Amino acid sequence: MSYKIWMSVVKEFLLLRRDLGGLIILFVMPLVLVITVTLIQDSTFKTVSDSKIEILLIDNDKGDVSKTVFENLEKSSLFTVVTQIDNQPITEEIAKEAVYRGKYKLAIVIPSKLSVDLQAKIDQNVDNILSNMGLTDSVAKPATPKIIKEKEVKLYFDPAVQLSFKNAVMSSIDKMISQIESKSIYKTFQNQLGEGNADFEQKSFISFKEIIPTINNKEVRPNSVQHNVPAWTLFAIFFIVIPLSINIVKEKTQGTFVRLRTNPSSNLIVIIGKTITYSAICMIQFYMMVAVAVFLFPHIGLPSLNIEGHLFLMSIVALFSGFAAIGFGILLGTVASTQEQSAPFGATSVIILAAIGGVWVPVFAMPKIMQIVAKSSPMNWALEAFYDVLLRNISFLEIIPKISLLFLFFIITTSIALFYDKKKRTV
Amino acid sequence: MYSLNEVSLHINEGSIFGLLGPNGAGKTTLISMLCGLVKPTSGHFTIDGLNYTDNSSQIKKIIGVVPQEYALYPTLTARENLHYFGSMYGLKGSDLKDKVIETLDLLGLLKFADKRIETFSGGMKRRVNLIAGILHNPKVLFLDEPTVGVDVQSKNAIIDYLKLLNQNGTTIIYTSHHLAEAEDFCTNIAILDRGKIYAQGTPSSLISSTEKARNLEEVFISLTGKDFRDEL
Repeated sequence: MSYKIWMSVVKEFLLLRRDLGGLIILFVMPLVLVITVTLIQDSTFKTVSDSKIEILLIDNDKGDVSKTVFENLEKSSLFTVVTQIDNQPITEEIAKEAVYRGKYKLAIVIPSKLSVDLQAKIDQNVDNILSNMGLTDSVAKPATPKIIKEKEVKLYFDPAVQLSFKNAVMSSIDKMISQIESKSIYKTFQNQLGEGNADFEQKSFISFKEIIPTINNKEVRPNSVQHNVPAWTLFAIFFIVIPLSINIVKEKTQGTFVRLRTNPSSNLIVIIGKTITYSAICMIQFYMMVAVAVFLFPHIGLPSLNIEGHLFLMSIVALFSGFAAIGFGILLGTVASTQEQSAPFGATSVIILAAIGGVWVPVFAMPKIMQIVAKSSPMNWALEAFYDVLLRNISFLEIIPKISLLFLFFIITTSIALFYDKKKRTV
Repeated sequence: MYSLNEVSLHINEGSIFGLLGPNGAGKTTLISMLCGLVKPTSGHFTIDGLNYTDNSSQIKKIIGVVPQEYALYPTLTARENLHYFGSMYGLKGSDLKDKVIETLDLLGLLKFADKRIETFSGGMKRRVNLIAGILHNPKVLFLDEPTVGVDVQSKNAIIDYLKLLNQNGTTIIYTSHHLAEAEDFCTNIAILDRGKIYAQGTPSSLISSTEKARNLEEVFISLTGKDFRDEL
């Protein structure tokens, strides 16, 4: 039996070696994928942090508030403020047109008299508080206070910008306005109480500090590479489904399957041969992608993948992920009658498994129902196992449940394929 | 509607049995059943006293199958294909290597042993296809139109080799549309049409029992008619 398995493995390797196009797809495309996606995702981070986004500011206020907004926006690492287009001041209409056509991502319109009205409103509120406390001065106040309408800072967004970007910008501006308001309140109290030169502390009393996990007394700061390489490596490993299912369908249509079905060897031998061969391919793919992430990434402006002390466990996760992908490929190839069925179905289903598995959008950010569905995706089990090893520094014992699920998936899919095949060929 | 109905055959050990019939007669279905590729809805058969229900793997060890299509990996060489298929029959080591060399030589292909199948002509592919089915010296050999689409030289080489196998004790069951070839080659013949056996016997007995027939082709036309059998 071992000789038959060995010959099956040799045959599969020879078939792959003779198919140059297939080899390129198997080994080069995953590398292109992982490099491209990591570069794009890394540059997305840089778009937010390094290269500034131009935004339009229409200042109808001309007061302290608009001045502070302008200064804060300019100071931020996110934006460059544009107040003129072609040396002409920007009106709200021009800004709206420019943003809605996608020339700018955002326009902020500060209403007229915002500074004056904000100060007036604060004065009123402070006066009320102080009078309630019996601390009013002798100056007579008007019987009916002036009604100050609420002010709106208008934001125009390019319709193509993502919701996450919108939310981030709105939250940032909201924070800025709140700071201006609180600063004005402090100042007004200061003036009313006659505390002349005693400056209030403007710095936030409560601040946030991220505590970075440490391994061997070294901080392990996750970056886009640590997140992207496992995710896209996994995606590439699962794409083995396509060549493997095509390989099985080809055997059926070429007639070689007839020969295999009429000889005394069990179909299990053929399956074991394919599993060994394609597992080896998965591992070669994996090591190539890791090597690229460790050695090539620093030369193309990306952080290097930190695999220190993790390579062995990462290899185990990759191997079991490969098993899951191979099981799925064997099942698909067994059930499909033509390459036209297996290839598109294989590609689409891998993309779906990746999507629900959290390769693109983290599972925690998904709707509740999709979070439950995600738990059924082998890609989710594999991705979580990779993150456990690479980012959470978890031991082998703790990843056993996840890799067991991956192996179980392989056993179930392969058993269904064998059963299906046996049913079809039983005499 | 059944592909085969009320088919009853006894094929003697050591014979060359021809299954002849027009397109759609049921020849390939019958051979596929005997090879274990198609499950009959009813009825039974035995090969060398064994049935598939209880002795599937024993039967597969004693039969050889040469399908109508080239059941070979096009990107592998003739030798690689034969080593692989031979190993699946349990052959290995020098036995396998020697058998591959011997049969390739007998069928005039030894000098092309390390060329890829995709570069072979139709006749060369047919010969490798035949070798892949006989490496394990089967007791019973099933051939589905083994000489279709090949030149005269390849056809003669294949038929001569099959005769040699038969002389060495292999029972041969084959289908063909070449009636002259079957008349010359087969010891026994069954004419099958619309899933039923219309006649069986030796070629000479079939010819003599059919009025005005001078050869097997005339027997065939007399039994199956001249109508086309085109069906979709």
